[in-house]
Amino acid sequence: MTGPRMTGPLTSGPLTSATGPGIIVVGASLAGVRAARALRERGYGGRLTLVGDERHPPYDRPPLSKEFLTGPADAERFGLPLDGLEADWVLGRAAERLDPRRLVVALDDGTEMPCEGLVIATGSRARPWVADAPRRGVHTLRGLDDARALGAALAGGGPLLIAGAGFVGTEIAAAARAADVPVTLVDKAARPWIGRFGAEAAAFVERLHRDAGVDLRCGTRVEALTGDGDGDDRVTGAELSDGTSVAAGTVVVALGAVPSTGWLAGSGLALDQGVRVDAYCRALRTDGTHVPGIVAAGDVARWPHPWVPGRGLTLGHWSNAVEQAEVAARTLLFPQEPTAYRPVPSFWSDQYGVKFRSVGLPELADTVEVREQSTERRRLDLAYYRDGALVGALTANRAARTASYQAQLAAALALAPDGPLPGRQAATS
Amino acid sequence: MKTHVDRDLCDNHGQCVFAAPEVFSFDDDDYLLYTEEAGDELQEKVAKAAAVCPVRAITFTGGSLAAGA
Ligand SMILES: Cc1cc2nc3c(=O)[nH]c(=O)nc-3n(C[C@H](O)[C@H](O)[C@H](O)COP(=O)(O)OP(=O)(O)OC[C@H]3O[C@@H](n4cnc5c(N)ncnc54)[C@H](O)[C@@H]3O)c2cc1C
Ligand code: SF4
Repeated sequence: MTGPRMTGPLTSGPLTSATGPGIIVVGASLAGVRAARALRERGYGGRLTLVGDERHPPYDRPPLSKEFLTGPADAERFGLPLDGLEADWVLGRAAERLDPRRLVVALDDGTEMPCEGLVIATGSRARPWVADAPRRGVHTLRGLDDARALGAALAGGGPLLIAGAGFVGTEIAAAARAADVPVTLVDKAARPWIGRFGAEAAAFVERLHRDAGVDLRCGTRVEALTGDGDGDDRVTGAELSDGTSVAAGTVVVALGAVPSTGWLAGSGLALDQGVRVDAYCRALRTDGTHVPGIVAAGDVARWPHPWVPGRGLTLGHWSNAVEQAEVAARTLLFPQEPTAYRPVPSFWSDQYGVKFRSVGLPELADTVEVREQSTERRRLDLAYYRDGALVGALTANRAARTASYQAQLAAALALAPDGPLPGRQAATS
Repeated sequence: MKTHVDRDLCDNHGQCVFAAPEVFSFDDDDYLLYTEEAGDELQEKVAKAAAVCPVRAITFTGGSLAAGA
């Protein structure tokens, strides 16, 4: 990987030369590993290097906010399978710069790595707390080290204050309650999840948390984190915008995720809360043209869904990373015949023994139909429509219904792979 | 081809049902049902289902795509 070598972007056909610098995947987690796997499965026999800034071998993140936090800490169980990848691993090193024209990645130790193809899979990071904070007791949750630190803090008993009642915040609340840790959950919105799923879903989620004894403070925000000041600098709680204050031994800042694009600054790639890619996962320049030999997938990619053209969207979901990585790998290997990425998005969330499942893009809806809503039976079935056509669904403990919504959405997409939204299709046909 | 789901691992995520509804489904109590014996034409779909299962509970044998085949 050192030494000068003439390189250029892949132009056609699977790269099989064993001597070239090969393909580099930056970001050695779900999307990166899945892209690597797909490259091998599709016949790529050249050199393959994965660069990741975490020192752990790749692992799955969903358990981190769930059973892992307060349950047995068997991290091996969710390591990603790496058999057959035959890759070179550069772990504990971050990519710091990219020269897309020469296809050279520069690492934080000064190493310059040329390549013939590049997969950008740097995911996202927890949005940090930007104001002043005490040095101890304030956490975010994105990786294994974070989960271990938070788990140890919760074993100490709390009380726990969570800033942000999104997916990760509500899951942490549930895990903490399962371990009998007192929890205060604060969100600036009127109810948890309301922005994405609307009032009906939010009422259901709110009820779950209140029934479990969570002190839920909505419509207010954490203004300041307070500490004991003297020497130890431990967090003691927070002041909220409604004028109240909350005591806490541990604080988690769960205010969402920010795509990790810092290393691409100045590269000429189009960055817009994520790396912009086209429908084939090819990285775009600021002028909208694509860069040969560079693809992106997973949380870091901002891509055009047929229902969200233009600026497109980023999705911080497990299945998106898996499916997009597969498409990105194919594009890299077969640039002349790329396939478009047109998934039905899906994700799940577990809390209090309730499994939420979402398919499609509920946030696009103008109408929500409540088909079932029972807090007693812990079941929820919400269908989301726009212009009269189904665009998404959210269910709780209703797996079969989810599958049928997914099938409907897949059929609508297959019918009009380039959009527009299903409701608009009906209107124009 | 033969499909197998490790019930100890399966966490009812449902990704397999999305990928291969011909083979996997849920009953009304969210219990995963699947056909163990399926025609080889479904191989690709079952392989996809195995690949998208978040807990890697699905294995299959008999087809040309089967792991270790
Ligand atoms: C606590 C938690 C719970 C979750 N639960 C669910 C769930 O229940 N359901 C669901 O659908 N999804 C869930 N997700 C989301 C899912 O885990 C992500 O969508 C998935 O991890 C995305 O994979 P990725 O590879 O794109 O990004 P990431 O997993 O973020 O991986 C990116 C990797 O790149 C590394 N990296 C970043 N910058 C650099 C650099 N410059 N150089 C080298 N390496 C770099 C990072 O350290 C990281 O290892 C959860 C996420 C978290 C954090
Ligand atoms: S995808 Fe895996 S975990 Fe989910 S239902 Fe299927 S087998 Fe079970």
